[in-house]
Amino acid sequence: MKPFVRRRQTVVGVFEQNEAQLMANLTAQVVELLRDRNGPPESSADPLAAMVGMSGPVQPPEDPVLARLLPDAYRDDPEDAAEFRRYTEQALTSTKVANAETVISTLADGGMSEGAHDDVEVELDQGQVLAWLRALTDVRIALAVRLGIDSDEDAERVADSEDPGTAAMADVYDWLGFVQETLVQAAG
Amino acid sequence: MGSVTAAATGPAPAEIAPDPELDDMVELEDPWVTIVWNDPVNLMSYVAFVFRTYFGYTEEKATELMLAVHHEGKAVVSSGRREEQERHVQAMHEYGLWATLERSEL
Repeated sequence: MKPFVRRRQTVVGVFEQNEAQLMANLTAQVVELLRDRNGPPESSADPLAAMVGMSGPVQPPEDPVLARLLPDAYRDDPEDAAEFRRYTEQALTSTKVANAETVISTLADGGMSEGAHDDVEVELDQGQVLAWLRALTDVRIALAVRLGIDSDEDAERVADSEDPGTAAMADVYDWLGFVQETLVQAAG
Repeated sequence: MGSVTAAATGPAPAEIAPDPELDDMVELEDPWVTIVWNDPVNLMSYVAFVFRTYFGYTEEKATELMLAVHHEGKAVVSSGRREEQERHVQAMHEYGLWATLERSEL
């Protein structure tokens, strides 16, 4: 991956084909998790229903990844937390799904395709940069929760893991951190 | 940019405008705060970026708040009316930051 750089009004990054597909795959997995909880877009796209909080969930998610992606807004007040969740969680989910879809569609626009071998160049406008930064955060959160990273020390521990699966996932987590860092720098 | 984002994506469930004078009193007597908590995932540069772009804070203030989150485990990043802080918390969750609101202890 070549670090993101600014090009006039846009930000450009170049990924190897397998990197682009990995990124899209992880992003799609987060979308799947979110939709498992809040349904396909058809059932959560009614802005009026979302606004008046007719049908939103009140319980925090049991899945630890979702619990971190959709956290309680009130730390010590379960009733207020439930009420807030009821009228905001579906909108938050829709935003996260839309960010993820921006990542996948801009990768596809840049030439990501199964069986292709050429590098993928993504060119992002300001709104797309924001979507990428947020979606990268969501993917990194998901990986960190699955890796059991609760502290800075944990992050170092998993990087040195002797379990090949854990070490591989930790490598991906580190790499996504690098991608995001260059994007933050390029975004200014 | 931040406020546009907040307006476009925030929940805004309670936009019934309160009496302005009453609202000022409420703000003085009953301020709510948005707290951002430290987590091992979010990059320091990203957290500062969010504080700059969403709240419109200067580089200096954004960095100061980011360092407070990092070193002290949490920081109050905003205060005011409850509905306003709820919008900020929702926005922070959109960015993947771990945020809560609570009544300020004054």
